[in-house]
Amino acid sequence: MTHTFFLDDQEIPFREGQSVLQAALSAGHYIPHLCWRPQLEPHSSCRLCTVIINGRPFSSCTQPAMKDQKVDCDTPELQALRKAVLQMIFVEGNHYCPSCEESGSCRLQAMAYHLGLQDNRFPQQFPIRERDNSHPDVNMDRDRCIRCETCVRASRDLDGKNVFGIHGRGIKSKLAVNAPSGLLKDTDVSAEDQAVALCPTGCLTVKRVGFKVPIGQRIYDKESISAMALKEFQAEEAAHG
Amino acid sequence: MNPIANLELETASHPEALTRTVIEPITRVEGHGKVTLLMDEQNHVKQARLHIVEFRGFEKFIQGRPYWEAPVMVQRLCGICPVSHHLAAAKAIDTFVGARQLTPTAEKLRRLMHCGQTLQSHALHFFHLASPDLLFGFGADVATRNIIGVIQAHPALAVQGVKLRKYGQEVIRVLAGKRVHGILAIPGGVNKTLSREDREYLLKDIDQMVTWSQDAVGIVGKLFTDNQTEFERFGSFRSNFLSLTTSKGDFELYDGGLRARDDKGQDIFDHVNYAHYLRYLHEEVKSWSYMKFPFIVSLGNDEGWYRVGPLARINNARFMGTPLAEEARKAFMAMGKGEPIHATLAYHWARMIEMLYAAEAIRDLLQDPDILGTDLMTQGERATEGVGVIEAPRGTLIHHYKIDEHDAIVKANLIVATTHNNTAMNAAVREVAAHYLDGKVLTEGLLNHIEVAIRAYDPCLSCATQALGRMPLHVELWDAEGQLVDRLVKGADGTLSDELG
Repeated sequence: MTHTFFLDDQEIPFREGQSVLQAALSAGHYIPHLCWRPQLEPHSSCRLCTVIINGRPFSSCTQPAMKDQKVDCDTPELQALRKAVLQMIFVEGNHYCPSCEESGSCRLQAMAYHLGLQDNRFPQQFPIRERDNSHPDVNMDRDRCIRCETCVRASRDLDGKNVFGIHGRGIKSKLAVNAPSGLLKDTDVSAEDQAVALCPTGCLTVKRVGFKVPIGQRIYDKESISAMALKEFQAEEAAHG
Repeated sequence: MNPIANLELETASHPEALTRTVIEPITRVEGHGKVTLLMDEQNHVKQARLHIVEFRGFEKFIQGRPYWEAPVMVQRLCGICPVSHHLAAAKAIDTFVGARQLTPTAEKLRRLMHCGQTLQSHALHFFHLASPDLLFGFGADVATRNIIGVIQAHPALAVQGVKLRKYGQEVIRVLAGKRVHGILAIPGGVNKTLSREDREYLLKDIDQMVTWSQDAVGIVGKLFTDNQTEFERFGSFRSNFLSLTTSKGDFELYDGGLRARDDKGQDIFDHVNYAHYLRYLHEEVKSWSYMKFPFIVSLGNDEGWYRVGPLARINNARFMGTPLAEEARKAFMAMGKGEPIHATLAYHWARMIEMLYAAEAIRDLLQDPDILGTDLMTQGERATEGVGVIEAPRGTLIHHYKIDEHDAIVKANLIVATTHNNTAMNAAVREVAAHYLDGKVLTEGLLNHIEVAIRAYDPCLSCATQALGRMPLHVELWDAEGQLVDRLVKGADGTLSDELG
């Protein structure tokens, strides 16, 4: 038996066990998100997918869909909150889109366009972060890390390697690797790993392929992040149900 | 022998007793600069300097970045000729992937983009920045001596300038995806083919661009011949010239050997592999400018200064590879009666001849069957040091990088056209100051004469200040009576010394 809930007053069907986000995407409705990926367990760290359910804020990626609940998503207040969260993510890192090889295919950048980000709002933090060029095939540029733990989950759950982790707390936390030297070259990561492929920004990239896709043919030159998210979700559902 | 013109006006012996006049910002140029004039009580010019006051530092902050980022990052140096930086950096990093010779399609696509760049930049410079001085007079009313004045007085000419620039920008957009700061060149080739539709789109208007460029050569040539005495005299001096040429000594914008000639047109060096540029060119630093002063090593820093850019390229070329530009070159060179042309304002004429060349070359390249090819990439034995040199609109542009075993850039050296012309621009400023301003009460119109001389070189001041931490500085403390109390000097190695104790 299919139950339904109401997303911005529209009736959305859902299956038992689906989150609000999954049910919404399944029905063709986009809720902005960065750290949630259809292949991975939800993480609820970016907070962009926050919705109001029966008057209270929840992460829609972790909140189970429930019968007849009332979910507000596309409201001016929530869009303003999402924008503020994204602005915080930007100022906490060093994101220089003009020369980044991920530009045009970067989820963070695409989300900024989606939410109409036009200024920093908060003081730029300019954190000092170490780059790791040591691996022969994979670059790690911590300046671009948003600590979404996509690589942590993908390496553990999809690659079966457990290469990445987050070290430290709060604003000082940073991406760490599972090697006594602390260097990527001493881990068993490879350029084919899902941990590298799924990184939403230019933090983890395959070496020597940057800029090979011309402007106009990059991922978000062709599709908006909302359209891409719906496609990705549908592809994952078709593959794994 | 080319002693630097009016060198005695570079540094006054008693600056404390002089009146200071500052032209800041210099207008209708790229970037930020200023001119300072020191004059005595009788309004005689005692010191004239062009200062580059902004600071960029790309040489420093590219360190640690992966080499494939270089062509994309360094083009942000400039919004007018990013393509030149993009391609010079790309040529340098081709070395890292062992791409000694690109595929014909890749090289021709890069050349096509470079010609688009030359066309749009030269059109911008002549029509938008320089033409108000040339059409209305150097001392004309400032209210009309600008691009709006040109649009009102010469609307057809202004429209041609705008459309020429737009066409050049369209060539860049088609190839690089954006008019400004697009991406075409990647290590070992290019990332995109040219479609038949885009080729037809560009071919549609190219004949008109060639005709308008030809007209522009006629306009500047007539301005020059109508005002020959003043134009030949204005801010002029003899100098050496540096540029790339082909192996036959012909005009070249994208690739070739370095040629330097003296003021009589005799070779100082020729067919030099630009990877060895450091054996031939050194840079001097002076305490009062962020921009360095390059010179030819064999001649030393007093006599080895030189000029680059359109005038140098035309002076150094035996032949230009497109018929209309070659015809224009011959007419231009006839003025020198067998010797190089030295007039500062002749830069404008040479620039328009180059614009004509670029338009013709675009037409030729678009009709070349290789331009639609799909073989875009090549590679070979990896290297860790690379030099790329290109003739940017303003002159010879050198990019030099070293990388470590992890593909990260560890050293970068950029010598841009404006830096090569630093000594010459200062000489032009001093020459104009001595000839036109000396002994006179300064007016806006008179001061504009200084800017006219600087504009002839089309300086890109923002591109020219990249070093970080190596700039010698003098800090002086003067008391109210004009006595020097203390002087702190920072050397090129960063050491500090207190010279007066």
